[in-house]
Amino acid sequence: MAEPYLSAADMRGGYGKADILNGCTLTVERGQIAVIVGPNGAGKSTAMKAVFGMLNLREGSVRLAGEDITQLTPQERVRKGMGFVPQTHNIFPTMTVEENLEMGAFIRDDDFRDTMEQVYTLFPAVAEKRKQNAGELSGGQRQQVAVGRALMTRPSLLMLDEPTAGVSPIVMDELFDRIIEVARTGISILMVEQNARQALEIADIGYVLVQGANRYTDTGQALLADPEVRRTFLGG
Amino acid sequence: MDILNALVAILNFVVIPAAAYGAQLALGALGVTLIYGILRFSNFAHGDTMAFGTALVILVTWGLQALGISLGPLPTALLALPIGIALTSVLVLGVDRAVYRFYRRKRSAPIILVMASVGVMFIMNGLTRLVIGVDEIRFDDGARFLISVQQFRAWTGLSEGLSLRVSQALTLVVTALACWALFRFLNRSRAGKAMRAYSDNEDLALLSGIDPERVVRLTWLIAAALAVTAGTLYGLDKSFKVFNYFQILLPIFAASIVGGLGNPLGAVAGGFIVAFSEVAVTYPWRKIAAYLGFETDGLLQLLSTEYKFAVSFVILIVVLLFRPTGLFRGKSV
Ligand SMILES: Nc1ncnc2c1ncn2[C@@H]1O[C@H](COP(=O)(O)OP(=O)(O)O)[C@@H](O)[C@H]1O
Ligand SMILES: [Mg+2]
Repeated sequence: MAEPYLSAADMRGGYGKADILNGCTLTVERGQIAVIVGPNGAGKSTAMKAVFGMLNLREGSVRLAGEDITQLTPQERVRKGMGFVPQTHNIFPTMTVEENLEMGAFIRDDDFRDTMEQVYTLFPAVAEKRKQNAGELSGGQRQQVAVGRALMTRPSLLMLDEPTAGVSPIVMDELFDRIIEVARTGISILMVEQNARQALEIADIGYVLVQGANRYTDTGQALLADPEVRRTFLGG
Repeated sequence: MDILNALVAILNFVVIPAAAYGAQLALGALGVTLIYGILRFSNFAHGDTMAFGTALVILVTWGLQALGISLGPLPTALLALPIGIALTSVLVLGVDRAVYRFYRRKRSAPIILVMASVGVMFIMNGLTRLVIGVDEIRFDDGARFLISVQQFRAWTGLSEGLSLRVSQALTLVVTALACWALFRFLNRSRAGKAMRAYSDNEDLALLSGIDPERVVRLTWLIAAALAVTAGTLYGLDKSFKVFNYFQILLPIFAASIVGGLGNPLGAVAGGFIVAFSEVAVTYPWRKIAAYLGFETDGLLQLLSTEYKFAVSFVILIVVLLFRPTGLFRGKSV
């Protein structure tokens, strides 16, 4: 079997002396959706930062498309095809929607108008507000701008940290539909979600993270069917 | 009742001087607010950067005058201004390398950078005194008036006179051009947008591949250009004295905070708000009241001019108490 597109293996590390990640492993196949769920403070965001190079790893490695990128800076990883939407502060609030997308494409020297049109096609609601400041939009639309910004580099791996945090259930469903659409274009998705049930529904592979380590790893459907996982993490 | 004469007096003694002064404050406040937005500290050395740059402009002006070069009716200082800006930029970039970069790398708290800038202020102040001395210097040559009182009286037949000095008109024109260029740069160019992005969300700017050191350098360059321009216009309009440039820091800070720190449009508005308040409060309104039919014995002056800086203080306190983010929603202080 070929190596997975993203393979972050046995990651250990944290912000100071104590490790937050205790041997966490995450893999994503090309064009698939991987979902990380787990209790608050489990280290889900930390694991995302580690994969993106915003955290020094004491142990473990990150490989993308067969290449070891453990030592690369986040900016270098963007050039390698990673796009990251942080959990908070993921837009430029006093800049227009259009300028947010332009800044997403900052490292591109070629014409990126096509990509911008693709983002607008994917998110028609923000397309209508392209001249408005991103900070004035609703929560759901802001998340769409944030995802759109990350898509502007045409990443092959899109990392989303709680993209549906604080949005209504309808907007959440809509966002999930868009994420599935993105995955269908061949982009791999690595996503952290609080709405574990709904997220696992669309997950090709799911990780239940507890105290910085993998507790359960299986397909989304299998995790949803597992009585143990249901009882402890999905509320019955 | 003599409304025309009253209007002319208001224009002559309040509107024109306050507009010129406001434009000078606006240019200064723009520099302060840009530094605050990008480097995240209030730069106490800004007033002395203005003084240092103006001193260089004066030296170059003297040089040009010695060579017999002039701009006709316009002050020669205008020709010296680009050279003054270039030299000041070198100094300011050097200071950033030697002082601020160290604290930036350490991700020091803003108050530490503020304190460092107080140190820089003292050094720049000393440097300026060393270069040009402490005396008052007038360096406006060329024509003095665009409209003189006699001309105005002859044209209009009014008893009240109105004058518009070249330095005042120049201040307004140069400020308008500088603001137009700056806002165009910030809103249209890739580098300008990168500056705004960095000011909005530093971490996300980094993730987007924006180079912070480039943004910082660019910010210093623009701030230096604005500071030297503001200082030169202020010196042409009033006169050059090192100490005055230290004092003007207060109204400049007031202007940038009123407008909302980090918000360039707010800085411009703030400059005019502070200037008009200061002039209106320290101007004796008796003459104008008399034209409007109110004869009084008092001067109708709210505050004598020695206390003009109190106006900035009051404005600062009121804004900080009731709207800490400023009128245009900048960053909270
Ligand atoms: N910047 C940081 N500095 C120090 N500790 C942090 C930082 N961010 C998160 N932590 C700690 O790391 C642990 C995991 O946090 P996080 O990865 O954000 O959890 P999750 O995203 O799963 O809710 C928590 O105990 C949190 O307090
Ligand atoms: Mg989190």
